Amino acid sequence: MTYDKKKFRVVNHKTHSIDGVGLMQGRSFYTDDLAEQNSLVIKILRSPHAFAHIKSIDVSEAQKLNGVALVLTYKDVPHVSFSRAGQGYPEPSPHDKFILDEYVRYVGDEVAMVAAIDERTAEEALKLIKVEYEVLEPVLDFETAFENKSVIHPEDGICEMFPIGFDPKKNVAASYEMEVGNVEEELKKSDVIVDETFYSQAQAHAMLETHSSNARLDEHNRLVIYSSTQTPFHMRRIMATTLGLPVSKIRFIKPRVGGGFGGKQAFHGEFFCALTTLRTGKPSKMVYTREEVFGASYTRHPMRIRMRIGAMKDGRINAIDCRSLSDTGAYGEHSLTVFMIVGSKVLPLYNKVDAVKFGGQVVYTNHVPAGAYRGYGAIQGNYALEATIDILAEKLGMNPKEIREKNSMREKETSPIFEIMGEGTKGTAMIMESCKLPYCIKRGAELINWKENWPRKVVGENKVRGYGMAIAMQGSGIPFMDMGSCTIKLNDGGSFNVLVGATDIGQGSDTLIAKIVAEELEVPLEDILVYSSDTDLTPFDCGAYASSTTYISGNAAWKAAQKMRARLIKEAAAFLGVKEDDVEFDGKLFTAKDKHVSLYDLSVQWLYNKDLHQVSVTESYFGHVSPPPFMAAYAEVEVDLETGEYEILNYVTVTDSGTTINPMLARGQVEGGVVQGLGMACFEDVKYDKKGNLLSNNFLSYHIPTHKEIHKLTSEFADSYEPTGPFGAKSVGEIGIDTPPAVICNAIYNATGVRVHTLPITPEKILKGLKELKK
Amino acid sequence: MLVTFYLNNVRVSYDVRPDEYLAETLRSHGVKSVKVGCNETSCGSCTVLLENRPAMSCGILSASIEGKHITTVEGIQEEAARIAYFFGEEGADQCGFCNAGYALTIYALKRELKNPTDDEIKDYIVGNLCRCSGMQSQLNAIKAYLKEE
Repeated sequence: MTYDKKKFRVVNHKTHSIDGVGLMQGRSFYTDDLAEQNSLVIKILRSPHAFAHIKSIDVSEAQKLNGVALVLTYKDVPHVSFSRAGQGYPEPSPHDKFILDEYVRYVGDEVAMVAAIDERTAEEALKLIKVEYEVLEPVLDFETAFENKSVIHPEDGICEMFPIGFDPKKNVAASYEMEVGNVEEELKKSDVIVDETFYSQAQAHAMLETHSSNARLDEHNRLVIYSSTQTPFHMRRIMATTLGLPVSKIRFIKPRVGGGFGGKQAFHGEFFCALTTLRTGKPSKMVYTREEVFGASYTRHPMRIRMRIGAMKDGRINAIDCRSLSDTGAYGEHSLTVFMIVGSKVLPLYNKVDAVKFGGQVVYTNHVPAGAYRGYGAIQGNYALEATIDILAEKLGMNPKEIREKNSMREKETSPIFEIMGEGTKGTAMIMESCKLPYCIKRGAELINWKENWPRKVVGENKVRGYGMAIAMQGSGIPFMDMGSCTIKLNDGGSFNVLVGATDIGQGSDTLIAKIVAEELEVPLEDILVYSSDTDLTPFDCGAYASSTTYISGNAAWKAAQKMRARLIKEAAAFLGVKEDDVEFDGKLFTAKDKHVSLYDLSVQWLYNKDLHQVSVTESYFGHVSPPPFMAAYAEVEVDLETGEYEILNYVTVTDSGTTINPMLARGQVEGGVVQGLGMACFEDVKYDKKGNLLSNNFLSYHIPTHKEIHKLTSEFADSYEPTGPFGAKSVGEIGIDTPPAVICNAIYNATGVRVHTLPITPEKILKGLKELKK
Repeated sequence: MLVTFYLNNVRVSYDVRPDEYLAETLRSHGVKSVKVGCNETSCGSCTVLLENRPAMSCGILSASIEGKHITTVEGIQEEAARIAYFFGEEGADQCGFCNAGYALTIYALKRELKNPTDDEIKDYIVGNLCRCSGMQSQLNAIKAYLKEE
């Protein structure tokens, strides 16, 4: 059903976040705020070596220290391999991790755990643990990992859940190949071929709230875990399986979460809290230090991507070949799925090709593990593809805007890639029911004045402004795999509790779901009371990942609200003694000709006076398609030719995310994504020394964008309606991050003639390129 | 050792260790609005006002504040709600973890600088990191709050 957007009352109108005031006032509902006052404090002894085997470990001195409650090594924990990735079942990531292991595979890997009465005692105890290591030769260059004589996972008991190309003896976590048509044949027919290789770096999530969890036993001796997580239901399942407990013995509660960006999809301290509390009976907590977040959680997968693109003289692109190599670090969380997104949410942008090929490997190294991170492969692929498209355009003598307009996806079109590539498995065919990409390209060009400005403007003796662009797409959840659900319960007085498993991690999903329910029921937004997420109290949800919340959980909330509305009308009709079809409901009154009754009166009566019962409904939703949001992005960049330094004067985005349920939060998602992407494009870089020690382990050595770097963001949305989305909405959480590396790369090239093939695009690289050009 | 100071204008005496920092002291006494994002004075989440000036409480030795006035967001609840209004108007509020620290910095900024330029505002708030927003919405919200009489 298509709705007239003009008739929306709440959806698509500006509203403040429902929790905005409380959070600004400092209400204490983040994970560590809710730890038991007398929790045992957990600290981890971490490996000083990039790769080593533990020959012996002596914890006797640590155990004797006053105040130490528990010390655990690999000898004391279940030897069950699992994946910390926090995905659905069965996971597309290899089961290659043990809670603690006799091998350590990166500097920072867990060696032993201490739980003590306070932090100082726990840290003191760590110093008393004596470990003898057999130091092994690490693999620190991912291009040498394949079939390296150092095998990072030589151990028994690790496995894949279904074929993902897992080959640990060759240091391969996953591999993938696909081809549509015959790329080599089509390339031979092409008038012009470009062949370019790009490198993208590891990026840190750097959410402000560090990883945090705590545990306690309730009065039924069930394990209750508070966790700063994006996936409470997956965590419950994975923990139960790994510890050999029934799911019924574990309750996960997700309180407020201080940012995730994919980093909190995975497990961090939850197993250590669980084991400590189960074995001591006492509450426990573990809060990562900032250094641990940088050095012992996850990064974005670094990649090498080779793009070969063939085109005809008239600018028609006929073949794309994308070969990739991805570095998953010490463990294979999200190895296959991030890798596949490099192809599946990037290459369909140019859907008119006769042949397209994608493939390569994900290899282990002795670096901090890579995991889920906003963009999830699309940002890496977008950098390589969209920079190569500009190179191709120049070779063809075309405007970069024109080549994109000619070859990119349009409404009602499709790509064979959708059916072939899914989330670690086969995909789902779909037609683009909503795709305003042509409008996004056109409007963005107007906003940056592309016609006048491209490719460059000289503004001073050594100052040049360059203009660059890129287009991007993402998805909206994982079809047939990810499910969200929603329970709505009527209270006396006419307010509604909305219980959702959907995981608000700061992106504003509680507000979004409240708006969807308020729109459908026509009641005031303040009468919608959202609670998320608690595995005991709220219905199931896959969690916040894969740009799924608006589309999957939003659709579940919409279905539940529709059901509640129908139920209320049915019951009001019975009360009034009229036919359902004759009843109208305006959010307050049920009216049928001359008869009427208020929601207020009925809600009180049902609980206290007559025909006593609780009105509640539950609905679930899973996607049959994953409608992509689209974006066109442009930047104006001013470069100092003497120093190579540059500033981004304006970053323009025009986004098609369907109906924006909350226009202000949608803009916040786009701009937050853009700025995080600019960090990756311009300066963020996870760096190691030659022994594999992390050099970028705090906010001084790892700089994230601040107010000083951001000058102007121009963010607009296309008028678009996705017929399968809730009130026409598609996702918006990830799309913003995808374009900056390619846009900045293209703008810098247009300003200076220097093409930077490795991220981040630093002044040093630009200056080096300028010097080479002068030769 | 015992340290006596004014917490949101209430005189309190807490037993602290000589090497204890204020962020830990406040959180251990239930002031959980003070968030620890880095514990090395580089993110601003633990911002408090020390004699009405923003300071990162993870870098203040608790023993050093004898007799001083400390303000946390609990001490400026109404102003925090006003600031939240302007953040809401601009869509600048997301995960909220940095917000209490931001509120204190912005509150102090309004009282310290009259008619600041954009660059002066940015210099004042640059120590408060945010990973969610695109910065521009926050800047616009702050400017609107500063204009309000």
